[in-house]
Order: sequence, then structure tokens, then C-alpha cells
Amino acid sequence: MGKIWKISGPVVIAEDMRGSRVYEVVEVGDIRLAGEIIGLEQDKAVIQVYEDTTGLKVGEPVARTGEILMVELGPGIVGSIFDGVQRSLVSMKDDIGDFLSRGARTFPLDRDARWHFVPARSAGDTVAEGDIIGTVQETGLLEHRIMVPIGTQGTLLEIREGDFTIEESIAVVQEGERKKDLFLMQRWPARKPRVYAKRLKPGNLLVTGTRIIDYMFPLALGGKAAIPGGFGTGKTVTLQQMARWSQTHLNLYVGCGERGNEMSDVLHSFRQLKDPQTDRLLQEKEIFIANTSNMPVVAREISIFIGITIAEYFRDMGYDVLLVADSTSRWAEAMREIGARLEETPGEEGFPTYLGSRLASFYERAGRVQCMGSPERAGSVTVIGAVSPPGADFSEPVTQSTLRIVEALYSLDVSLANKRHFPTINWLTSYSLYADATRDWWNSVSTQWSPMRDMALKILQQEAELEEIVRLVGPEALPEDDKLTLLASKMIREDFLMQSAYHPVDTYTTPKRAHTMLTAIMKFYELAKGMALAGTTVAEISASPVIRKISRMKDIPNEEFDHYIGGLVSDIESAAPGEGLK
Amino acid sequence: MRAEQLFTRETKAISTARRSLLMIESIPGIKYNEIVDVRLGTGEVRSGQVIEVGKETTIVQVFEGVSEVDLLESTVRYKGEVLKLPVSLDILGRIFDGSGRPIDGGPAIVADDYLDINGSPINPASRQPPAEFIETGISAIDGLNVLVRGQKLPIFSGSGLPHNKIASQIVRQAALKGKDESFAIVFGAIGVSYDDAAYFISNLEETGALSRSVGFINTASAPVIERLSTPRLALTAADYLAWEHGMHVLVILSDITNYCDALRELAAMRGEIPSRRGYPGYMYTDLSSIYERAGRISGRQGSVTIMPILTMPDDDITHPIPDLTGYITEGQIVLSRALERKRIYPPIDVFLSLSRMMREGIGEEKTRDDHNNVFMQSYAAYAEGNYLREISTVIGAEGLSERDKIYLDSADAFEQEFISQGETERRTVEETLGIGWRIFSKLPVEDLKLIRQEFIDRYLPKAEEHELTE
Repeated sequence: MGKIWKISGPVVIAEDMRGSRVYEVVEVGDIRLAGEIIGLEQDKAVIQVYEDTTGLKVGEPVARTGEILMVELGPGIVGSIFDGVQRSLVSMKDDIGDFLSRGARTFPLDRDARWHFVPARSAGDTVAEGDIIGTVQETGLLEHRIMVPIGTQGTLLEIREGDFTIEESIAVVQEGERKKDLFLMQRWPARKPRVYAKRLKPGNLLVTGTRIIDYMFPLALGGKAAIPGGFGTGKTVTLQQMARWSQTHLNLYVGCGERGNEMSDVLHSFRQLKDPQTDRLLQEKEIFIANTSNMPVVAREISIFIGITIAEYFRDMGYDVLLVADSTSRWAEAMREIGARLEETPGEEGFPTYLGSRLASFYERAGRVQCMGSPERAGSVTVIGAVSPPGADFSEPVTQSTLRIVEALYSLDVSLANKRHFPTINWLTSYSLYADATRDWWNSVSTQWSPMRDMALKILQQEAELEEIVRLVGPEALPEDDKLTLLASKMIREDFLMQSAYHPVDTYTTPKRAHTMLTAIMKFYELAKGMALAGTTVAEISASPVIRKISRMKDIPNEEFDHYIGGLVSDIESAAPGEGLK
Repeated sequence: MRAEQLFTRETKAISTARRSLLMIESIPGIKYNEIVDVRLGTGEVRSGQVIEVGKETTIVQVFEGVSEVDLLESTVRYKGEVLKLPVSLDILGRIFDGSGRPIDGGPAIVADDYLDINGSPINPASRQPPAEFIETGISAIDGLNVLVRGQKLPIFSGSGLPHNKIASQIVRQAALKGKDESFAIVFGAIGVSYDDAAYFISNLEETGALSRSVGFINTASAPVIERLSTPRLALTAADYLAWEHGMHVLVILSDITNYCDALRELAAMRGEIPSRRGYPGYMYTDLSSIYERAGRISGRQGSVTIMPILTMPDDDITHPIPDLTGYITEGQIVLSRALERKRIYPPIDVFLSLSRMMREGIGEEKTRDDHNNVFMQSYAAYAEGNYLREISTVIGAEGLSERDKIYLDSADAFEQEFISQGETERRTVEETLGIGWRIFSKLPVEDLKLIRQEFIDRYLPKAEEHELTE
């Protein structure tokens, strides 16, 4: 048992700590605040404390736990709301009330709940690390696959079907001389990446239902992307949309240093919204980590690693998992605060010099892998991190360090937000290096995806150039074909890229539907070009009722969509004066 | 547990006094962050706080600085506690200073409880998403940037802009639509001039709102450290009224810029490594410990709504104070110098202003079914008019089409009729929406793309009606 020697903000130095390990978890003070050793010197340990240290005194006890920070993994985890150190916020609410108090202890996972375990292997089988030995149907949407923990292999002596708590033995493995019980729950150190058999290349499209992402800047399963944006650019809404609708097996939402009301809005909406493919409640495939901005800063640092460890655990079952982190800037600020308390030499803007490598150690845990054990299976973790650059200035260290790591950038634009164009993903500055990786997937929807996407992006690029001219000479002074380009780009922007998160239909668009929508706009553009050649003015073309029909396209319910588009296309075709317009 | 009183709570063993810090030989039982009194040789008493405590040395920051501190005579007395506010329902109608002492000549508060002014974070799992409309009577807010209970919505202003008038108007007029529940106002004045503080108080008095208000006033001449405690005192009072007594509390904090400057001043005195523009790196977290006290809690009656006011240095919205605030608050009301120059009151910049909670607070049964459509369409039309205005300054109005000119006129009408209103004029949300429709009636009806047809049929003034209004 050590004793407090010095207290400075969240950093506590304890003496008589000989024999402890770096990253060992300790309990600090009479009220047993959770902390983690981040450095050792002789018999003194430097501890970062996950809770407010106000009121601690020199000489109070520091208890070692002998363990590094572990994440509990097992049935009951889906639908949970954890704080930054994996305490269940719902249990804390039940135990201590509506306000958080220090030193509270709760288990991450419910100890009393019973889960029906169905074995997939039988006694006598030889099992190895990562083998799936059975399943628990945890929610209607998620089958929890129970794996042999890493570090265990041998012969199954017994395995039982039945209802178990997470701490009851479900199977026994003979490992050499030793007999080892297996449980529904396993634990894994938060800071250590989980092991896999082989790294695979990012593969299929991660369908998010957001058109500008899926169509223009696609993200691959196992990819990593950043969303930087100033305040008011709809960063959180964009992330929430992805966490809601992404076609994955499981989504994790890590709210790191963000708003409490927003977090509560997410929690409430996931209890009501349904997954578009399965019509089940979204919370059946979602895990939340909520460490809001007024909760302890130090816990922000670890919350991200707890999130990614949980994501990897489900990846290892052979699932596609999405983790969104809002916001990595608050995470970096937490590191800056600890760094300053430790009197480390600061790097740019006071951030620690290891900012880049720490960010990389998080993002690099994204990826598609071949999992350990049998049956052979692939799983993926896709990571999307929000960045909150001060003053929307992307040259700041967190944004810049992030850009060196991620392969897709969705850059949110204040000027689009001021125009109320949402999502505010800027089509000129965003990019995705996964366009090639997802091409095969898209080709199965339509081989026209790639050319159509190129053309749309080109028109948008032309618009940006023409805008410059318009500002000097006015829109009326442009030649007709340029006016037509502007009309087309306006339609692409307003009728395709713009997407309402709040409209029941528009909030989620399948890739196929997105392709059909853009095809309709392009078809109209082709027609209009023909009309313009035949002498019709763009002003006349703009008055066409077809334009209004195209603009209503987004809101048409899926079941009526084909019919609507059929009508629309025949309108466009019948409007064609003569041939040469196809 | 050891008995605290066994320890000497006083010491003279000060080894160093530099900048605002005292290094003191440690005595047992000092609590991290506890408040101390420093008695100088001259007899003067100053307050300070333990900012680091070690086995050998304790570091205390003296808030009023260490001038005239001597190392022989000065005594440090540890008070064993963080700052607490005595509370009871008697705080209503009272005015306190930045340390929580009454300054209205009334008696001290007979306390039901003493509350830590730092509060405790609301468990995110206990929060109820804000969704109830607060009618402020101001069109630019009620129509386009709706305020809801439990929200934190700041006013970003600039020096010389009428933010105090607007805040006072909101305080006078704010009422929950269609309900008559207990409502209270808490006002925290941070480093403001005496005149500004007096303006608020007399305003509350005149409208009879003083009896349901609590004021905490730290004037510009009061100690800097109280700039940090004032908003926390105000919010502790608000927490008490909301969570203990089920009241709906609106907290006005003005001016957050003074708060942040005080934070910077004290951080610099400690020799901390500064972040952007000299402000401390933890300013985001510090501000969030204030703003995040807004909210609603499932199963409880009350709510805390916070409207902080800040003046943007040099009208720069990217300055760290508005920037970090904007990252925490749920939107912002931005005042525009350009509108102010056009003599438009309230000069609310519709493009930069935003309420993130608007969607939840409007619509059928809350305001009116067409509210969202009216909002979207007025915004779009005003944006279009504004864009054309910009262009016409370069190319002249002749370069514009007839349709363009209609939009140009509608942008003017929008500013003159919709945004602009009297300082004592209280518009209902129906009146606000009505003005929107009046402006729409001058636009080509086929351009009203953002409004559902049924609303157009129901609300668009018929031809003869707008003959009259013109």
C-alpha cells in the first residue's frame, strides 16, 4: 500500500510504490479514485487520476490492484452506455442518482443477467485461440460469438448448453496439465491491440446511407477517415448519421469531451430509430461511451482505447464494426493537459510531441483482418474521427497530424453551414483513397458509377471556377452553356448532395437509389444540352416542371420511388425535342 | 478517519512569495484545492487556493496577488473546504457579490444547505433531451433560432452592440408557451461595469421580475478571482432552484469574455504554458464545466437554461473565446455590426446564428406545424436576396433580372419587418410566422419549394389580403 506524496491537478505522485508496473491501475485516496500509473521513479509512482482530485490529502493511501486497465468483454455489452473508464452509467444512475459522484464503482457488465449459450463445438474437440465455441443471441440484431481467449488452447473436456451468467463456467479446456474454465466474459488490456491472424486490404463499401460519402467519397470497411469541422458545421449530426445508418454488424459511438445534451439526444434516438435493413431498434447493435466535456479530462484519454478494444473484440467474431469518435481534438487536449502537468517539453501549440504517434496508435487499430481461430472469418473495424480545429483553422496540429494517418477526409465547411447546405462536406476539398478499393463493389450496383461520379465532380469543379467569374460580371453575362453548367451543378448540389438528417426518407439512401437519383439529374442535363443547342434558353429550361420533380425526388418513399423515377424519366424523354439527346 | 481538528490549520512557514504564488512548508491534512486565508503583517486578509500539495511543500495561489506579503509575519490559514454557497428559497429576490455575500442590504441567508459551487456533472444517462419551446417574443429568435428549456445558447456580441438590451428583453418576455409553471431568472454579472449591472437590476425591478430572480454581481472593480466564482455561484443557485424546487431557471451570464480573461490572468501568474492567444489549454474544459450545467433530467420537474453573453474581441468569431464557446454551446445568436448600422434592432445576424435544439422545440403542439418550413424558406429567400445584394454592388442592379429584384426587395423586407422590432414589442410565435408568410406572398409562388403545399394553401395570404398589407 502506497501513500500520496504530492497532488497537482489530475496528477498524483505516490511513495512506497516499489514493485508496481507502469499502466497498473491504482485506487487513490480514502475515497478510492481510479487512476493509472504512468511513470515510476525509485519508490515513487506518477499516477493519472480519472476523477477530480479536489480534497485529496498527502498521506492518504494508494492501493495497487496488480492489473493494468482491462476492458470487460462479453454478453450484455451491446446497448450499454459506459463512461470513459467503462463504468456503466445506467448502473451509476440507479445506484447513486442523476449526478456523478467520485469514487463510484460499478461493473461494466451485469453480473446477474443470464444468457442462453449454445455450443458450437463439443467435448473432445481440440480448440485454439480465437476459435468460436458457441454463441449467445444477445439482441435481435447481434449474435455474440464466444471465442476461446487468446493464450488458451487444448482439448475441450466439457461444454454445456444452458443459461449462464458471465462469470459461470461454460466449458473446461485441458491445457497440458492444467484444466481451465472458459466463461462468457473475457477481459483484455485497453491499451494493447487485440491479435489477429492476418491483415487484409480494406474491402467492400461501408454503406453509410449518406450520398456524398457513399457515392463521391466512399469509405471501405476497415478504413479510417477524419471529419474536421469548425463549430456549427454539423460535425456531430454527420457522425450520428453514420453511427445510425451504417450497414455494419455493430457500431460504437465514443462521445469524448462533447455535449451532454447531444449525447442524451443520441441515446434517446437510438431507442426509437430502426435499422433500415432489418427493421430492428438501433440500440440492438450499438454501444455508447459517454465522457462529456464536464466529466473528468483524464478519462477522455483512455475512453478512446476502451472503445477501440471493444470494436476489435467484435471484429474478432468476424463482424464489420464502425467506431466513431467525437472528438479526437478533446482527446488530444486531455493529453496536452497531462503533458503539461508532467512538465514535459511541449511541441506545437503546447501539444505533446508524441501527439502524432498517439493518434496513429489509435487510427492504426482500424483495419480488415483475418481473425484468429476457426471457423475462418474476416472482420473489420472502420474508424471515423471527428476533429474540432480551433477557429476552423485546419492548419492546427491535431488536424494536420490526423491527415497524415487517415485515408479519407470529409472536410466540413463553415460557408456551407451558413448556406444551410447539410451535410457540409465540401466536395472540392474532401477526398477518399478508397475509391479504387470500392470500385468492384460499386460495379455490382452499376458499372456507370465511376464515370458518373467523375462527371458530377467535374461539373462541381467547373461551377467553382464559374462562380469566380459570376462575382465579377454577374450571372446574366455568362454564355448559355456555362449557365447550363451552373444549372446542372445546382441540381447536383441541392437535389443530390444536400441531404436532410431529419427527413424520414432522405436520412438514409441506398447506394442503388443514390445512383438512380444522380442518373436522373445527368439525364436531364444531357437533354438540356440538346435543347440549348436547338436554341432554347437556359431561363426557359429552368422553368421546366421536370426540375421541380427532380427536386422532390429525395423525399419520395422507397416503395414509390421506382414508379416516381419511371415517370420522371419518361417526362425527360418525352420532353426531348428530336433525337441526338440520348 | 482521522479527526481533522487535531491538526494545526495555520502556519507561518512561508518560504517563497513570487508572482501570485506562495510556497509553504506543508503541514499535515492539507486538502488539494482547499481555500485558504492569508493574513498579512499589515492585518489585511486575502483569499487563496491550494494548487499543489506535496509532502514537503504546498503551493498556494493568492488571488489578489502577493504584493506586501512578507515571509515573517504572514499567516496562512487553511479553511478545509472549497467555496460553498448557502442556499434556501430565500435567495429569490436577492443580490449577492462574487463571493456569495448579500450586497442588497438585506440579511444573510439562513441556509437549508451549503452547496459546492463546482456542482457535479449530470449523468449523461439521466439527461432528457431539451425539447420545450421558450417564447422570447423576439422574431429572429422564436422564428429562426429557437431557444428551448435546458439549452445553452450564447449571444456573441461586440463592444457597443445592444446585447444587454436584448438579454433584458428576453428576461422580461421569456415565458413558456401555454404553460404556467414556476420560472426563475438567475443573473451572473462577471466583471461588468457598474452601469451595466445597475441596468439589469433596475430592469428586473421595473418588470416586477426581481422577486423571482437571483443576482450575483462581480463588477469590474471587484477582485479578479470572483470572476471565476461568479458564474459558478449563479449556476449553483440555478441548480438548487431547478433540481430541488422544480423551477425552470434561465441563467444569464455576462460577460464571459471577462471570465476568460480572468482565467488567463490567473494561469499566467502560475506560469502555465499558454495555448492560443495566451489562454490556458484547458479553457475548453473549464468553460464546459460552466455551460454543461444546463440541461433537463428525466423524471425531474425543473430545467436549467443558460444564455451566456460574450463580446467577441474585434468582432472576431474565430477568437478562442467565441470559438471554444461555440464548440460547447448548442448554437449561438450572433449580433451584426452591419445591421446595427442600418438601425435594425435587434441586430441578429441570421446567417451566423444557429440553434441546434430548434428542431426539437418546434412544430405542431409546440409552436405551429408550418414553423420548420417557414424557417427554411425565409432563410433561403433571405440568403438569395443577400447574395444578389452582394452581386449588385459589383455589377449594378441593371444586371439583375426581374425575379432577382423581387428577391432583393424581399431581403430588405425581411430585415425591416421580420428581424426588426421594438425593444418592448412582444410578438407571439404566430405573429412571427405571419410576418414570414407576408414576405413570402411577394415571392413567386412556384419558388416556395421548401414549403409543403398544404401549408401554402392554409397560410399564404390571399391576393386581396396582401393588397391591404402593402
